[in-house]
Amino acid sequence: MDPLSSDLWSPYVVGFGIGVLIWLGFILSNKAIGCSTAYARTAGMAERSLRGDKVKDKPYYKKFVPEIDWEWMLVLGVVIGALISSVLSGSFRIETVPHIWESTFGMNRILRFIGAFIGGLLLGFGARMAGGCTSGHGLSGTSQLSLGSWLAFLFFFIGGILTALMMYGGI
Amino acid sequence: MLEELYNEKKKQLLLGFLIGVGFGFLLDRGGATDFNIIVDQLLLKDFTVLKIIFTAIITGMIGLHVIVKLTPAGLQPKRCRWKPIIIGGLIFGVGFAVLGLCPGTAAGAMGTGAVHAVFGVIGMLVGAGLFASVYPHISEFMKKSDLGPVTLPEFFGVNRWWVILSLSIILTAVMYLIEMI
Repeated sequence: MDPLSSDLWSPYVVGFGIGVLIWLGFILSNKAIGCSTAYARTAGMAERSLRGDKVKDKPYYKKFVPEIDWEWMLVLGVVIGALISSVLSGSFRIETVPHIWESTFGMNRILRFIGAFIGGLLLGFGARMAGGCTSGHGLSGTSQLSLGSWLAFLFFFIGGILTALMMYGGI
Repeated sequence: MLEELYNEKKKQLLLGFLIGVGFGFLLDRGGATDFNIIVDQLLLKDFTVLKIIFTAIITGMIGLHVIVKLTPAGLQPKRCRWKPIIIGGLIFGVGFAVLGLCPGTAAGAMGTGAVHAVFGVIGMLVGAGLFASVYPHISEFMKKSDLGPVTLPEFFGVNRWWVILSLSIILTAVMYLIEMI
């Protein structure tokens, strides 16, 4: 089968490919792949357009200046890359309520949208407190053997597994 | 030559974008842009996500430690602020299960047509903005338990290649056991 149109690739091939992208990030840009600071910068940009330049004086936005940087472009690229992949494989489709959610909470779209928003809020807050996400800590940080990243990776999954078992696992 | 490239802002933005396109493509091909595959991982029913991450870590870890010897690129391990990492990590974990996606895979899921992921992304922007507002009030907590940008080899006082070898063996063994089940 043509690999471009086959729906799923082996997770080992995908994992190796992502590892190579981590190499390229360092070789070509001296940067570690990560996603969550792009959200902090975008939040700052949105706040700045509403409340003006004084937002730049917030201590957190002095650390993470609200501007488009390498990582911001990377996250934009992720959207486009997944779009290309799903269109080529034919898996692109409008999804409002994923099926595991539906079998637990029903097919009410508004409930799923509210759930997704709350989940996102916790992710955004937690990632900034922990200093990274599944990419920055879980892939790039662990690969650099950073102690804090291994710790973060462990607690992302402890929190995620316990919550998922309670929410969708009927425990 | 590479050092000059690191300072070329426009080329760097393009490189970030291109690496992102590759990342998003691979995440989707692995199934990691799908809520159901991620939640099934957290429910310990399907180990696709763990296999992707472990393989990426083994590949990344071996490659990076060679790359920093051969190129001007340098490792940049994050600071180990263990209290915020544990508390923030648990908060992140709860959000991970509720949204069923993480910051990178939610961006990818939007690209595959997941409308609910858009609400997740808006939530992440609000959550990150909220953190920026709360940050001055919790700066003590954020700074207190800082061990610095310490790595596992430094922490255990062993050669980095022993750590890389041990972790590669452990992660491979875990993946092998998962395949056996």
